[in-house]
Amino acid sequence: MSAAHRLIPALTVAVIVGPVLVGLLGTVLPAFGVHPGLDGVGPGLDAWRDLMEAPGLATAVRLTVTTAFAATLLSLALAAGFCAAWHGSPWFARLRRLLPPLLAVPHAAFAIGFAFLVAPSGWLVRLVFPWGTGWTQPPDVALIQDPLGIALILALVCKEVPFLVLVIVAALGQTRADAMLAAARALGYGPVTAWLLVVLPPVYRQVRLPVLAVLAYSLSAVEPALLLAPTAPPPLTPLVLRWFADPDLALQFRAAAGAVLQLAIVAASIALWLAAERPVVAAGRWRIAAGRRGGPGRPVRLATGGAMTLAVAAVVGAMAVLAVWALAWTWRFPDALPDRWSTATLAAAWPELAVPAGHTLLVAGLATGLALVLAVGCLEGARRGRAAAPHRVLLMIHLPLLMPAVGFLFGVQVALVAGGLDGTLAAVVWVHLLYVLPYVFLTLADPWRSFDERYERTARGLGVGPLTVFVRVRLAMLLRPLLTAAAVGFAVSVGQYLPTLFAGGGRVATLTTEAMALAAGGDRRVVAVYAFAQGALPLVAFVLALAVPAVLHRNRKGMHAG
Amino acid sequence: MAGVFRRIAALAVLAVLAGAGPVAAQGMPAPDWEAIRERARGQTVYFNAWGGSSTANAYIAWVAERVRERNGIELRHVKVTDIAETVARVLAEKTAGRTDGGSVDLMWINGENFAAMKANGLLFGPFTDWLPHYRLVDTTGKPTTVDFTVPVDGMEAPWGMAQFVFVHDAAALPDPPRTIPDLLARARSNPGRFTYPQPPNFLGTTFLKQALLELAPDPGALRLPADDAAFDDVTAPLWDFLDALHPTLWRGGRVFPASGPDQRRLLNDGEVELSLAFTALEAASSIEAGLLPPTARVYALAGGTIGNANFVAIPFNATAKEGALVVADFLLTPEAQARKADPRHWGSDTVLDLNRLDPADRALFDAVPRHPAAPEPGALGAPLAEPHPSWMGRIEREWQRRYAAG
Repeated sequence: MSAAHRLIPALTVAVIVGPVLVGLLGTVLPAFGVHPGLDGVGPGLDAWRDLMEAPGLATAVRLTVTTAFAATLLSLALAAGFCAAWHGSPWFARLRRLLPPLLAVPHAAFAIGFAFLVAPSGWLVRLVFPWGTGWTQPPDVALIQDPLGIALILALVCKEVPFLVLVIVAALGQTRADAMLAAARALGYGPVTAWLLVVLPPVYRQVRLPVLAVLAYSLSAVEPALLLAPTAPPPLTPLVLRWFADPDLALQFRAAAGAVLQLAIVAASIALWLAAERPVVAAGRWRIAAGRRGGPGRPVRLATGGAMTLAVAAVVGAMAVLAVWALAWTWRFPDALPDRWSTATLAAAWPELAVPAGHTLLVAGLATGLALVLAVGCLEGARRGRAAAPHRVLLMIHLPLLMPAVGFLFGVQVALVAGGLDGTLAAVVWVHLLYVLPYVFLTLADPWRSFDERYERTARGLGVGPLTVFVRVRLAMLLRPLLTAAAVGFAVSVGQYLPTLFAGGGRVATLTTEAMALAAGGDRRVVAVYAFAQGALPLVAFVLALAVPAVLHRNRKGMHAG
Repeated sequence: MAGVFRRIAALAVLAVLAGAGPVAAQGMPAPDWEAIRERARGQTVYFNAWGGSSTANAYIAWVAERVRERNGIELRHVKVTDIAETVARVLAEKTAGRTDGGSVDLMWINGENFAAMKANGLLFGPFTDWLPHYRLVDTTGKPTTVDFTVPVDGMEAPWGMAQFVFVHDAAALPDPPRTIPDLLARARSNPGRFTYPQPPNFLGTTFLKQALLELAPDPGALRLPADDAAFDDVTAPLWDFLDALHPTLWRGGRVFPASGPDQRRLLNDGEVELSLAFTALEAASSIEAGLLPPTARVYALAGGTIGNANFVAIPFNATAKEGALVVADFLLTPEAQARKADPRHWGSDTVLDLNRLDPADRALFDAVPRHPAAPEPGALGAPLAEPHPSWMGRIEREWQRRYAAG
């Protein structure tokens, strides 16, 4: 057992950081003209010259940066504002329970549904159409793929706000939020002002990493960008992907340089974000010194409550419109509902769904299982180890959350091809693990560390061996968080698009890759079937994560959720 | 026997890799087809084909079912958003030194992608003469031996015929524009209702080539490889036309549909009044699939439209070459081709010469019902030949520079 404590954290870091470093190397070298497979180009800056002259680069970069900062700022403001205004209310508790399943809906399924919802010929326009818009045709207005990327920003916010609310709630548990809030209220501060001035600073310290992950994700998002961002030119990631896929080999160098530029943009943006924290803190201090107490905060309650409801409604609506389209046969504009319903699409797609659904389940199951073993091993190793070093080393497993996928997946693919591993299930599981493990770790870490060790000591005192105590006390009592972490990991794996595409070489088709391949075509009904299936799988996982402990613990009153 | 085939295949691959191409393979004895069929049994064939059309996907699923029953082959459709991705992939495998055990066994291809693969020695073959059903192919009346002016040389097997068409809803637009200038006039008087798929999507690029064929002072120049001096002169009228057209396009020409089916959706939604397609049976098959109203029809421009064939090819490093050959042969059977010609199943013109079929096979085609939305025979006019593929890349790059730089 004790050797395992030392081994597993080291192994975990190697498994995660190894591919990232190899991938980085395989991307950075070609960007400077060095490519193991391609000849004719020596070390140099040609790729960068070519990149700088690429049409649309400046617009693509501007679009990438503006949409990502807008989405991150809006998401954080909404999540913090919502928690500030509604913390402690029964509505907050109810909504909180709704968030994990919303979070589980993969980006691809949501973006596809969101597009069906808000496009000029989408469901919203169809629903309001009969009432006096006077339109005989869909309006020629870019409600999606708009030049400023507003649709992209809103879609990102809808998906990121639930995530940030959940991590803020988790952080609240680790701070003395209630006591501090009570003290501030006693000094006459309004509820929202008190929360923002007293609770937010320690909470923000806890959620800084997830916030940066949101920023990094928004800068390098693929599925929402492909479906909702403008196309001429698109943001940087789709543009780089287009170059990678070009049969003209010379573009591989430009693509690699673009991927490195993407990395630099993410690094610079994170640095900018961290630097901007100082003036925000200074402003906060000044606000505290000014001593204004703030009102009861009704406008903030209304605004954040309304925005939150809209965000939740968008996710539910996106899934609903997918379900309707999956059962539609003909549904022409401007009808609010299909004029002919049919299960024909479903029946035709059903046998075709089996293989990708099987791959999806298998990869997600394996990646989640491995991630659970590694995360438990790391947490247990760090708990039993005396030095603090493992904690810091373990932070490195969060690296994939902060790295744009195009920045290292290309290099990973080169390495996989060279090793003959590309297109294998093992490669796909491994690459999924890079993303599944950090989330499993994030979800599991707090319950694991806050578990009351006296239970274990009592069991040991009763003469039970360490392994039995570990399995029958710790694992058994932490079943609920373990299953929640598994559901989160499962959802993360199901949602992976680019990693599956790069590592699987198209051979390991999952519901996500199929849905994205079909999304470029025009048959909303088939896209809807795949996207709905993709969105439904993680929901099932979350339901199971709730139901299994409920059934197992039906006779254990103390184990019920508080 | 199988060993002999393996050696022959290896020789052919070596010859292709050495750049000697089909010349070195001349006089090579055709391998025993029965031995190929035997080796193909139990193989898994990865077929990389564009996955954006649910009708085509369903057809490929049917093919998979048939070759499983007939030949014991497991056919897997790798749905790609653009076959260029697969070309890049095979190229990456070659540069990584993977000369066998490649990840792609069969691919749906034509045009610039075929030209690129052929030029880079990425194809297995020549193999078409080995396929028993290849003798039924119309190699004289249909452009099945030349792909965008590049000789096929047996390196890809024809699969379907295509002709560029415009699609309209006859109920909404009874008299659609039939020349490029008319199209511009219509777009100007009714702005926001026309668009085309964003190049490098092949339909978008075909629209550009179609316009260029009509507008260029000397269309003959397009048959020859493009060079810098000629490019500006020849394409100047195209850019003038596009500069005038773009402000009148759907979304002001700032957003474009991703593909033909994407634009068909816009037509079905009433966002645009024309769509583009590469099959004469587009309206018929889309009506059958519930993707266009029953009043949808196709038409060609007055001066004719571009026509070509599309093919399947086998990468040089394919893992299941025998399986790929058997599938390529099955795709040429009257059974498979007649089903493909049926708008209920796909609606794509056959590459076979119907006069070479025996009466039973001929009956398969006669049994395909004529669809009211299918154009009358000859209504689309004789197809125009594709320009040399070198024009495509240049036009795409210039288009990106002018219209996709934001």
